[in-house]
Amino acid sequence: MIEKEITIRNRAGMHTRPAASIVKLASKFKSEFMMYKDGMEINGKSIIGVMSLAAEQGATLFLRFTGDDEADAARELIDYFERGFDEPS
Amino acid sequence: MEFPEQYGKENIMKGIAASPGIAIGNAFLFTKIIPTIIERTLVLDEVETEISRLQTALFRSQKELKKILLFAEQKLGDRTKILEAQVMVLEDPILTATLFNRIRAELKNAEVIVSDEIQKYQTLMLGAHDEYMHERAHDMDDLKHRIIRNLQEQKLISKIESSSIIISHNLTSADTIILSRNNILAYVTESGGITSHAALFARSLNLPAVVGLKDITRKSQYGDTLIVDGYAGTVIINPSEKCINDYEIKRKAYKKHEEKLAGLRELPAETSDGKRVELAANIDNEEEIEFALLQGAEGVGLFRTENMLVGSDSLPTEEEQCNVYKKIAERLYPHKLVIRTFDVGGDKIAPNTIEEANPFLGWRGIRVSLDDLEVFLPQLRALLRASTRKNIYLLLPMVSSLEEVRAVKTILHKLKEEFHSTRTRFDKNLQLGIMIEVPSAVLLADELAKEVDFFSVGTNDLTQYLLAVDRGNPFVSNLFTEFHPAVLRALHQVISSAHKVGKWVSVCGAMASNAAATKLLVGLGFDSLSVEPTMLPEIKKIIRGISYKEARGIATTALQFTTAKEVEQYLNGVLKKEFPSIAEQRL
Repeated sequence: MIEKEITIRNRAGMHTRPAASIVKLASKFKSEFMMYKDGMEINGKSIIGVMSLAAEQGATLFLRFTGDDEADAARELIDYFERGFDEPS
Repeated sequence: MEFPEQYGKENIMKGIAASPGIAIGNAFLFTKIIPTIIERTLVLDEVETEISRLQTALFRSQKELKKILLFAEQKLGDRTKILEAQVMVLEDPILTATLFNRIRAELKNAEVIVSDEIQKYQTLMLGAHDEYMHERAHDMDDLKHRIIRNLQEQKLISKIESSSIIISHNLTSADTIILSRNNILAYVTESGGITSHAALFARSLNLPAVVGLKDITRKSQYGDTLIVDGYAGTVIINPSEKCINDYEIKRKAYKKHEEKLAGLRELPAETSDGKRVELAANIDNEEEIEFALLQGAEGVGLFRTENMLVGSDSLPTEEEQCNVYKKIAERLYPHKLVIRTFDVGGDKIAPNTIEEANPFLGWRGIRVSLDDLEVFLPQLRALLRASTRKNIYLLLPMVSSLEEVRAVKTILHKLKEEFHSTRTRFDKNLQLGIMIEVPSAVLLADELAKEVDFFSVGTNDLTQYLLAVDRGNPFVSNLFTEFHPAVLRALHQVISSAHKVGKWVSVCGAMASNAAATKLLVGLGFDSLSVEPTMLPEIKKIIRGISYKEARGIATTALQFTTAKEVEQYLNGVLKKEFPSIAEQRL
């Protein structure tokens, strides 16, 4: 299991576009990917879930990866978060 | 002539005129039917059937949405992000699995489970602070009702009789698409403004529309006779016979006038002695292209790209911008597409961090772009990449010095070199122009003309800066006038500086769309007028109705006056003589 705390970097926050990208990316891997924010637990492979996190710039999220390919999943997704979803900050 | 006054006020409602035209027909109240959900407990045997039923409903909903998306792209070229989000959610495997599992576990019917589960997410979205999330919550409402409607196998919409006028609280893009399949005379909505979906849609179909008409859904019933005046923004409910007759006459007269103007579409904007003036359109987004072309626009003289930033959740990517620019350029080919880079204040780029005492004299336009390359570079790259048809022109806003122009040229040079080495195609002869709106640019016009390929005069801001008047300030707004001698002399100087070195000049401010100014602008020597699409036919009519010689005479005379009043009186007289009907409306 891999866990990481990350902060939302980009100006627009986790709106529909990065939400869709996150789900697409996470669904590539077999590992389970869960996100936690303010006591909510959201499955990172569910678009409606990720969208409703409504994470704005500066928000802190807790990520958890569980499974055989958790290292790869964690690396790619954490990197995507840290790149600010490739959007301006 | 104020018809409504004659008939007693209680039947007349005033809203926002969203699309011109007059329609007389029957009211059809369009309301979204929110399905009622009746809870049912299942027996074990029924579970799998229920799940099957849900699967079918999900599948049907998907098909519906995909059809609407396709139709939207074809008909309106719309970027229907709303519908895309709904499609994605329908395909969410976690959501689907949860729904099926809950049916099994809770032994309740699908409607209840679907409603409850989606509601959970809606509550989260509504709990967020921003507008964007609240809108997404509404999209989910749409989706929820769509699924339930399909579960209950209800028809999407009942047949609408022709000669119907649609009355609705609100019309979303999905609604307008469905409604377009029926023969409708006009649209009236309670909410919305001039850029709302109902308005844009009605204009593209050439149907009258009035929006922002509070309480119309309460005051009007199915079958009521209505007169919709899309010019005045009024709706008359159950008018008298005399009223109907008068409006019939009005309707026919306007129709004739519009047809005459439409007939001008194919004719060139040329003076009687053969001087050709380029008559282009100002647009805010790709949705306005069709209407502009319908009105006879020879290309786009000003594409205000900052509208891509307004109302969207984030800055559009290089890829997205490139697609938009390319699409519009292709549609306009062989005519020009002049793209003005983001002309916004710092408060739009970096919200919550900028507070300026004097934003008008502050961080905006080219200044923001040069300071925020993270935003500027993708736009320039997108523009270059989209320029392969060689009809794209780059326009910089709020230029006040030579340094700014040279800085941009340096950046462009580097980009072009990079594209060269990566073999990315672009227009090597891409023309670069600047907005002339800051007075320093007027005084440096000679030097600036040598640095760029064209000028575009922004008369709105130029007038404000020149006269030191904020046209939004009620204490001084009456001092604002583009017909001030200082402005005319500035225009004259700018044109002269440009033409001296063989560069062309356009004018794109409100003055260009003002029929009272057309002869003057043509006479001053502008090569191009970029105009609000609704005004294109009238302006063309005026251009075709005079000789360049005459226009030059008018400009020369106007330039001699030393007060705005003299200029305005002179131009009023000129316009009234030849186009009394237009003069009545415009002055």
